[in-house]
Amino acid sequence: MNPKQSGRRRFLKDGVALAGLAAGALAIRSASGQTLGSANDQALEGTPGISEGQHFDAVYGVRSRYETAGRIGGIGAYSTGPDGKVIRPYIGGLTPVQNLIGIITPSALHYHNTHGYPPPDIDPQQHRLLIHGMVDRPMIFTMDDIYRLPSVTRTHFLECNANGNTTPPRLAPGATAQITHGLMACSIWTGVRVSHILEMVGVQKGASWIVAEGAEGAHHSKSIPLEKIMDDSLIVYGQNGEAVRPEQGYPLRLLVPGYEAINSIKFLRRIKVVDGPYLQQRETNAYQTVVQAGKYADGKARWFQFELGPNSVITRPSGGQRIGTQGFYEITGLAWSGAGAIRRVEVSTDSGRTWKAAELQGPVLPKAHTRFTYSWKWGGEETVLLSRSTDERGQIQPSLAEVGKIWDVTVDYLKKSTVGHTNAIQPWKVAADGRIYNAIV
Amino acid sequence: MRSSNLLVVVVALAACAAATAQTSPYQNIGRPATAEEIQAWDISVSPAGKELPPGKGTAKEGAPIYAAKCAVCHGRTMEEAGPLGPALVAKKGGNLRGTIAAWPYATTIWDFINRAMPRFNEGTLKADQVYALTAFLLYRSGIIKEDDVMDAKSVTELQMPYRNAYVPSDLAEIGNIKKRGCYLGHCPGPNPTAAH
Repeated sequence: MNPKQSGRRRFLKDGVALAGLAAGALAIRSASGQTLGSANDQALEGTPGISEGQHFDAVYGVRSRYETAGRIGGIGAYSTGPDGKVIRPYIGGLTPVQNLIGIITPSALHYHNTHGYPPPDIDPQQHRLLIHGMVDRPMIFTMDDIYRLPSVTRTHFLECNANGNTTPPRLAPGATAQITHGLMACSIWTGVRVSHILEMVGVQKGASWIVAEGAEGAHHSKSIPLEKIMDDSLIVYGQNGEAVRPEQGYPLRLLVPGYEAINSIKFLRRIKVVDGPYLQQRETNAYQTVVQAGKYADGKARWFQFELGPNSVITRPSGGQRIGTQGFYEITGLAWSGAGAIRRVEVSTDSGRTWKAAELQGPVLPKAHTRFTYSWKWGGEETVLLSRSTDERGQIQPSLAEVGKIWDVTVDYLKKSTVGHTNAIQPWKVAADGRIYNAIV
Repeated sequence: MRSSNLLVVVVALAACAAATAQTSPYQNIGRPATAEEIQAWDISVSPAGKELPPGKGTAKEGAPIYAAKCAVCHGRTMEEAGPLGPALVAKKGGNLRGTIAAWPYATTIWDFINRAMPRFNEGTLKADQVYALTAFLLYRSGIIKEDDVMDAKSVTELQMPYRNAYVPSDLAEIGNIKKRGCYLGHCPGPNPTAAH
């Protein structure tokens, strides 16, 4: 609400808001926009949506107009035009992780990558899921069929294989956490166990993989080991208390927890049970790791890496932010691992010389974002803040130099080439004036 | 008497099994898919090529199809990224990554053209056209000759030059990330005992 509005206008509007809440259900059902009473007619007119001059939406709520965090373009996909405005072709968007509170990413801020194929406009009544291949009873399910089956709700992160990789924007001193780690999000997903549906169709002996396929233009397709699918994978229709958003695969998506998100097929329309990987496009010519120096000077590609390693990032304070006066600050961030739950997060406030345990805020859930906090007193000194996580398997998040050791390459090499699937410790430099800079290099 | 008792037990067990099947708690959820429906939907092509349809084509036949349907996005030279699509053929001595020559299986090329191309009109190419475009891309990548016929058999049997550049190269080993020595999210990763 505009604070300059007169007290009388504010009073009227607040009154309308209360009346709107009370009469909301009736107003929604009233297709003809039937009136509810003289004073309220005008405010309810035009819903759904925000009536002119209103700062809220009584039908499908919006956040305060003072909250402006949004997704920004994917790495390399967007640029700044001559007028200084960001050109935003519909290719994808990064989660503003530095603005997240708690462990859940609002669906509207969940990163997305369309690979050039915007979400199809799918009528759930028309959507079908076919299960076939090495099964006894090939079957077709409607959405109503899926809704009838026993459901489960799980909190899981999704992370792109490119999150945190070594592209130039991610290495820039001015990079925000959104640029360095925006290709991830965490939601509460609701759906059906894939194992449940596969038991209904009867998986045949000798089957060891599935091929899952989406309904969008390119029918993105991926091979996934049957063992993982039977273990913990879901077919989800719910995200954070409502239907999965179009950018996330409405009306149905596969969810393969802890694996590169390219496996979590959106707009899921078909699962074929098979006896080996099908070598689809995004598991052969893309999504491999090629290292052309050091140990792997042969230029060989490591493919089907699947599981995402232990990872963490401090989200506040983080790149592009500025802290003010000296004194107390809560350092907070997110930790996650494709291997399971986060067991420990350590924070260093002295450029990595000493590490101390951060507090895990909870809930601490497997293959989900875990919020950590650490109490810090800033004395105005220049320093570097870092975090590193340990997961339930005992894996400790590596530094960029340690990632280099895994590949037997130098940090300089990592900086020059785009190596995906990189879970390096993220350092944030605190300048004497309180400004925070990306210090990955 | 003994044998008739046994018979009773067997019959009873069989009846019990039938009753269990009939009273599945999820009866009437979903319906059987017909062979025709599966055939119409199933566009997956395995490296064994068993789903490849009849048909054939050569690079000569593929060239005009490329010019008419593909060049608008991928560009005429194929060596430079086009307005919407990536480069498909590496320049002499250039980086092969992402180009057709580096794809490990020709079946993947056929599958991807068939399912995802041409952009905005996906799924409109006929099998012969997909074979011809596959042949054209392979020819322009220096892997086959201009007159070589690509069909289900030759696409499946073609040995791509970088087939063994993918680790692990044995497809049977791919599924088990533990056996592959994956650690810290990297395959292969460092020895767990050596880390930290």
